[in-house]
Amino acid sequence: MTQVDRQAWDVVVVGAGGAGLRAAIEAREQGMRTAVICKSLFGKAHTVMAEGGIAASMGNVNEGDNWQVHFRDTMRGGKFLNQWRMAELHAREAPDRVWELEVWGALFDRTADGRISQRNFGGHEYPRLAHVGDRTGLELIRTLQQKIVSLQQEDEREFGDHEARLKVFQECTVTRVLTTDAAGPGSGGKVAGVFGYERESGRFFVIDTPAVVLATGGIGKSFKVTSNSWEYTGDGHALALLAGASLINMEFVQFHPTGMVWPPSVKGILVTESVRGDGGVLRNSDGKRFMFDYIPDVFKEKYAQTEAEGDRWYEDPDNNRRPPELLPRDEVARAINSEVKAGRGSPHGGVFLDVSTRMPAEVIKRRLPSMHHQFKELADVDITAEPMEVGPTCHYVMGGVDVDPDTAAAAGVSGLYAAGEVAGGMHGSNRLGGNSLSDLLVFGRRAGLHAAQYAAALTGDERSVAGDADIDAAQSEALRPFSAESPEGAGAGSPAENPYTLHQELQQTMNDLVGIIRREEEMSEALHRLSGLRARARSAGVEGHRQFNPGWHLALDLRNMLMVSECVAKAALERTESRGGHTRDDHPAMDRQWRRFNLVCRLADRSGAQADPERGQIRLERREMPPIRPDLLGLFEKDELVKYLTDEELSQ
Amino acid sequence: MATGIEPRPGTDESSSSARGGVDGATRAAIPARHLRTDRWWLAPATTAFGLFAFVVYSTWRAFAGEHYFAAPYVSPFYSPCLAENCVPMPGGADWHLVGSWWGLSPALLILIFPLGFRLTCYYYRKAYYRGFWASPAACAVPEPHRRYTGETRFPLILQNVHRYFFYFALVVAGILTYDTVLGFRNAEGEWGHMGLGTLVLLVNIALIWAYTLSCHSCRHIIGGRLKHFSRHPVRYRMWGWVSRLNERHMQLAWASLISVAVADFYVYLLATGVFDDPRLF
Amino acid sequence: MSATASHHDADQQPAAAPEPAASTGYTAHFRVWRGDTDGGGLEDFRVEVHEGEVVLDIIHRLQATQAPDLAVRWNCKAGKCGSCSAEVNGRPRLMCMTRMSVFEQGETITVTPMRAFPVVRDLVTDVSFNYTKAREVPAFVPPPGVAPGEYRMQQEDVERSQEFRKCIECFLCQDVCHVVRDHEENKPAFAGPRFLMRIAELDMHPLDAAQQAGLDRKKTAQDEHGLGYCNITKCCTEVCPEQIKITDNALIPLKERVADRKYDPLVWLGNKIRRRD
Repeated sequence: MTQVDRQAWDVVVVGAGGAGLRAAIEAREQGMRTAVICKSLFGKAHTVMAEGGIAASMGNVNEGDNWQVHFRDTMRGGKFLNQWRMAELHAREAPDRVWELEVWGALFDRTADGRISQRNFGGHEYPRLAHVGDRTGLELIRTLQQKIVSLQQEDEREFGDHEARLKVFQECTVTRVLTTDAAGPGSGGKVAGVFGYERESGRFFVIDTPAVVLATGGIGKSFKVTSNSWEYTGDGHALALLAGASLINMEFVQFHPTGMVWPPSVKGILVTESVRGDGGVLRNSDGKRFMFDYIPDVFKEKYAQTEAEGDRWYEDPDNNRRPPELLPRDEVARAINSEVKAGRGSPHGGVFLDVSTRMPAEVIKRRLPSMHHQFKELADVDITAEPMEVGPTCHYVMGGVDVDPDTAAAAGVSGLYAAGEVAGGMHGSNRLGGNSLSDLLVFGRRAGLHAAQYAAALTGDERSVAGDADIDAAQSEALRPFSAESPEGAGAGSPAENPYTLHQELQQTMNDLVGIIRREEEMSEALHRLSGLRARARSAGVEGHRQFNPGWHLALDLRNMLMVSECVAKAALERTESRGGHTRDDHPAMDRQWRRFNLVCRLADRSGAQADPERGQIRLERREMPPIRPDLLGLFEKDELVKYLTDEELSQ
Repeated sequence: MATGIEPRPGTDESSSSARGGVDGATRAAIPARHLRTDRWWLAPATTAFGLFAFVVYSTWRAFAGEHYFAAPYVSPFYSPCLAENCVPMPGGADWHLVGSWWGLSPALLILIFPLGFRLTCYYYRKAYYRGFWASPAACAVPEPHRRYTGETRFPLILQNVHRYFFYFALVVAGILTYDTVLGFRNAEGEWGHMGLGTLVLLVNIALIWAYTLSCHSCRHIIGGRLKHFSRHPVRYRMWGWVSRLNERHMQLAWASLISVAVADFYVYLLATGVFDDPRLF
Repeated sequence: MSATASHHDADQQPAAAPEPAASTGYTAHFRVWRGDTDGGGLEDFRVEVHEGEVVLDIIHRLQATQAPDLAVRWNCKAGKCGSCSAEVNGRPRLMCMTRMSVFEQGETITVTPMRAFPVVRDLVTDVSFNYTKAREVPAFVPPPGVAPGEYRMQQEDVERSQEFRKCIECFLCQDVCHVVRDHEENKPAFAGPRFLMRIAELDMHPLDAAQQAGLDRKKTAQDEHGLGYCNITKCCTEVCPEQIKITDNALIPLKERVADRKYDPLVWLGNKIRRRD
């Protein structure tokens, strides 16, 4: 095999969204030479799409807020399936992470006394989301990007080279985390480096590194209607599996209740929750605010029962309960789904989301500028004058790499870390709006910190070096689409499978069969279809050469999407209850017994992609959750806990 | 790896390419210098025509040196009148500061200020750079010049004197306001009268003020230069007003340009006796 | 490396799943630039268009059905990330925000890469110029002695800079600006509208302490970042997909701030007497 370009760095961060950049900043500030690898241009990561804000209990708007309240809200939102230690760290550290952004130049919207303004959001008891209009994600990514540039300027002054200690390899894809296997069976491997290709030139490269932080985001591109960009192909999830780590909670996929439904080309694009946080209401085709009919028992005491009370809450939140439009996302998404199914939907198969009758046009334009712009430009709808049509869209995966809550280290592989959407556990079965951006910052920093400490402790000889055989294998795997086999049963020389067609069929399968409402037969059917797609994906072929060839890139990403989709379908089939982002038509109730278990996905055979495609690659296990620390349990009323915990757990 | 932020090798074409623009060696090889399909030439052509027409008219009127006063009105081209060869303008801004050696039209002494103000105005700069100099004629339409240094060196670096001309423009606008007030007399100098000419001057001075105050320099001086609006609430408010005017700077530039020519022409018509000023009261 | 034997006929049905609601389609004529550093040209395509689609949808349909290796950058497809910058009928635009309904059905739609930057392949250009320029602008200088969490700023004081921070870095303003588009030799000396706006943003930041740290952003804007090259012909503002008033709110105010520093006697006098900024 040809020689590949090879470099050595102390820490490699895969992904340049909020978590990746925050990890890179931390690792670099710990003194480690840090490389960031991202599929897009620097500063284009999916984090820019986040609109609403960063949840942090700074208490700037309502002094009653503190980390304990935030922790409670997070646990309730996740239906108590959250890794409680992560939820605790998240709630405690989020304010510091937001404040340090200001030191790096971020400009949040302000309160009258000059502090960071905070807005209401679904599931949060107090106004808690630091925001900039409805483009908070852009502010976050730009601030981190500019912080990285400022660190590079420091290095330039010190070493004469901007990239001496922190370099961004943009438009590169990592296809393998290289490991050296540990001696004993059962013990995991050790990170040696990463293998990838430059999208622009198609050239392969290897970076030798003892520590890899995965910060690759989510898996939404496996679904047809999604708010996610093309980058969200589950790369980090798959890389972790292939390296010998495991995934948890993969059955929990969040469908955001409000995505655009019209025109078809923008179907799925997000309509921020701030629309509802700022006063927008949901109506069906009868003009009824239907959410009042969908308040589940566990939330009965927390939400307004009448429109009048809900409306008063915006002005006087201390003496009124919030309107049910601000229930956690899973509840709202299911409600919209039911209304549409009952024939009370809008003309294009959604429901109406209206701010035009709730706020003056000027206020709408000031508070929701990019929503105003988005509807005007893409759908010819003036949201200051008419309602929007919205429906559920695949938005976020709660599941992800099984990590240690304090260090973000992936279980099973030393030197592998994961932060952000690619990490699992923090959000339990359902994520609250605004908790994502704070998650990126809190655990991005922790992953960077611990990866740096791990790398610093390993001196030259102790660092593993990837073997040539592994590199050759990674290389031939990446080159296979150029010499794809013919589909089975077809004669030699017949056309290879079109990766775009396979991708579309995968999206349709996941959307229809493992979507927002799930049934056993449908998921079995999905698993069957996935095995067919896996077989066909082996003969996905591409034209042209390696230089910036999107067909080739997609053919390689298919491996990851198929692997992750199988995890989702398998775990969803196994969990016979409904909870958060997992709704079973055939098991509609939440089951307290099920709360005690995580479903863990592992690769059945580490040689992975070479395995028989019919058989499925994923092995599923049940694992008991660690008991919640008593002082944290003490933050809840007993009445509430009985809804979630088993009697056995409560008596302990 | 050529994947970092550094430019790719061979992207520095300044030495290798004769023409440095869209035809450059590293740019996408497209024979057409631009691919715009709309009537992009219309706007610069209209601008150039409008400005040219005004230049022709104002040159004629400025050098004429006559027919600029018809009691009680004075043409805005000739006020203040600073040379001894001015026609007597009872009560008007008829201050013979320059003395008798000046033999040319008195307009030339004063027009330099509004001319300089408009010449260095941020809107007019755009208009004539696009309209006359094709630098660029329209967006994404290549300019025909081999080299470009913008406003970095003489003479165009002098555009930075816009600030001074703004201060002068305030004085000129003040004097034209005074002239407008004088328009509330009759030909005999008695107050409390008004004619069509008074209205013409009123409209003109309103537009002149709006144009002058909407100037980018004004916006900056009023409040734009502050770092903390919150510590200067009054200036912040005024900055808000000026900013709103400033959004219409282009429209005001044209409207005031036309109105000043109309006001002058009106006085010319009266002075040459084409018709008599219709008196309102 | 070998190419596959795969063929995709131009008249093949689009692989997209049927969209029952979008039945009002027609066939459009597209000309797309294909090639790389060694050359290339405009290629003709006939391609289906459905109601509500944008140019990027059509490019994707070409990829899925006729030209699987057509290179294009894109990400969010909602006008938020600024990746899919290109030139449509000669005008710099985001492909995801250019609706097909703005064109006549019989019109030929020409899509080329941005023409101010070196081409990489097809619609993808090398935008490293912009990242180089970003590094040349000194970063925000935090005020000394103010702890995180203690920052106090009024809304009216942050609003100007917030407008500039709406920038999605699509680099269309950098692409359209004739200073570098038509004059490659100006690239080293000129930061371009996006990064001059960044300087304005920092200079208007209520807590930026560059001045105290000995950095005069106003002066360096002129002396080091080429503000003087701008002749305020406003093409940057014209193409900005975020509708940021780059010229009126960033570049001209910055020029005025330079005038304060270098050319205005009254301001100089005022500062001497009152000793304040």
